[in-house]
Amino acid sequence: MTIQLLAFYFFAFFAVLGALLVISLRNPVHAVLSLVMTFFSVACIWMLLDAEFLALALIVVYVGAVMVLFLFVVMMLDIKVAAAREGFIRYLPVGIGVALIMLAEMIAMIGVRAMRVAPPPNPATMRGESNVAWIGQALYTRYLLPFEVAALILTVGIVAAVALTLRQRTGVRHQSASQQVAAVARDRVRLVSMPAERGDDGAKS
Amino acid sequence: MITLAHYIVLGAVLFCIAVAGIFINRKNVIVLLMAIELMLLAVNINFIAFSRFLGDVSGQVFVFFILTVAAAEAAIGLAILTLLFRNRRTINVAEFDDLRG
Repeated sequence: MTIQLLAFYFFAFFAVLGALLVISLRNPVHAVLSLVMTFFSVACIWMLLDAEFLALALIVVYVGAVMVLFLFVVMMLDIKVAAAREGFIRYLPVGIGVALIMLAEMIAMIGVRAMRVAPPPNPATMRGESNVAWIGQALYTRYLLPFEVAALILTVGIVAAVALTLRQRTGVRHQSASQQVAAVARDRVRLVSMPAERGDDGAKS
Repeated sequence: MITLAHYIVLGAVLFCIAVAGIFINRKNVIVLLMAIELMLLAVNINFIAFSRFLGDVSGQVFVFFILTVAAAEAAIGLAILTLLFRNRRTINVAEFDDLRG
């Protein structure tokens, strides 16, 4: 048993353990944290597969951004854990049964024995270039248009997230800074030029 | 020696755990979203494993795009979730039945 195989089993164990905790923990905050553990372990497994760029991107993008977003939302919402857990026991046998059958079918269909092959030498390492260079070469030549579309998708995602959660409150008196700054004395005060009155006449009429 | 079968089976196990999570946590939208993230991760493991064992970079490029789309999906999903919670004060899936589906 080589050191790589040991490392694989170590990371795979923690990935599966984290995934099991995600779906079974009572507290959503703990579930998000175990999902972070799963992502970290899977990133380490991707390192074993010589996909260094994607492993680091997974940690930065998922653990750093998406999981923190999840954590924010979970902490912001006031979730009643008991209500969210109802039906857990009822659906437990069905869930486990379906998952086990699916797993057995998948493994049978993949044909695990046929896939016991050793990894071929890594083409990038043989040419003496890094994984980032390898991906970058493909990304900016063959996959340039999909890359641009991905940027567009992210932009649309930002706009959609902001537009969805933007709240227009009615009946609230807002302060409009631009109107305040644009206001001039002429609009507010009307200066009228009129002759001074004599005291007696004005008091009588 | 780590063979291709190791990675594929790990991906299958993670995917099935996510499916079980969707069955079990039928009330909690947040756990459902996390189970979807787990599924995407399992698929990504397969992509990277095949990319490595076929010596082709396309798999890794595809994982890059899946990460992008999944990030956008998580952002929009959580925005919808916040909106639902603001209007309904609950995240119970069973109570979201306005469309009468």
